[in-house]
Amino acid sequence: MKNLIAFISSFIFGMGLEISQMTNPQKVQGFLNIFGEWDPSLAFVMVSAIGINGILYFLLKNRTPLFADRFDLPQKNEIDRSLLIGSFLFGLGWAISGFCPGPAIAGIFRLHWEQAIVILAMVGGFKLAPLIGPKTR
Amino acid sequence: MTNFTPIEALIGGAFIGIATSLFLFLNGKIFGISGIVSGLLKEFSLWRVLVITGLILGATTAHTVLQTPTTITTVPLPYLIIGGLLVGIGTKLGSGCTSGHGVCGNSRLSPRSMAATITFMLSGFVAAGLLNALGII
Repeated sequence: MKNLIAFISSFIFGMGLEISQMTNPQKVQGFLNIFGEWDPSLAFVMVSAIGINGILYFLLKNRTPLFADRFDLPQKNEIDRSLLIGSFLFGLGWAISGFCPGPAIAGIFRLHWEQAIVILAMVGGFKLAPLIGPKTR
Repeated sequence: MTNFTPIEALIGGAFIGIATSLFLFLNGKIFGISGIVSGLLKEFSLWRVLVITGLILGATTAHTVLQTPTTITTVPLPYLIIGGLLVGIGTKLGSGCTSGHGVCGNSRLSPRSMAATITFMLSGFVAAGLLNALGII
């Protein structure tokens, strides 16, 4: 059942990425280009995604997940250097490539070799990260 | 410049919010794509493979049904490689990306996710501003 839910939720997630055009690197770069010809569209993705998720979270956070014993949430609370340096580097890479991890993978159906390069580089980055900074997961 | 598309963004964001909520309240887990993909590099697990499959099939379905634009990146190859590497390294060190921190974490008002989101948005704006000044985007 958990596997089915994993598939269904990611299927809906993938639809959302494509409908909102998060999978369009030009759209992403237009959204981050606040000093140029700014296209604020993708801010609205965050508004409705966080709105729905946030309201449900605060209504249901004291329940138990239907198919799990408890919520498996990150336990760390500390805002450490690894978090900030990593997020800083991610923001640079997001703007430079036009892709964050979900859209890079979801949009691979377009069969553009450029996108495959981004995914390979991203996977290389996952492998390199422990050599550069402390292990975070 | 890309067109302003707030309605598509709101609808797509709603799909993303529903997807992350299903995953949390049914399976008890955070829908963080960078973590799911880098987790798969460490050890095989069926649910992670299903998430990746679902993302691609969901985006493909939305594209086919709604005739969303077939887009392509305009960024030169070296930028795609460097950008992809930074996305991989950054999300690994920072323990998350636009999905885990940006959607799920902010919805739970997690201080770490809010700090991460502010950081990657700011560095994204700076990098996009530089690319814009250089005439790349």
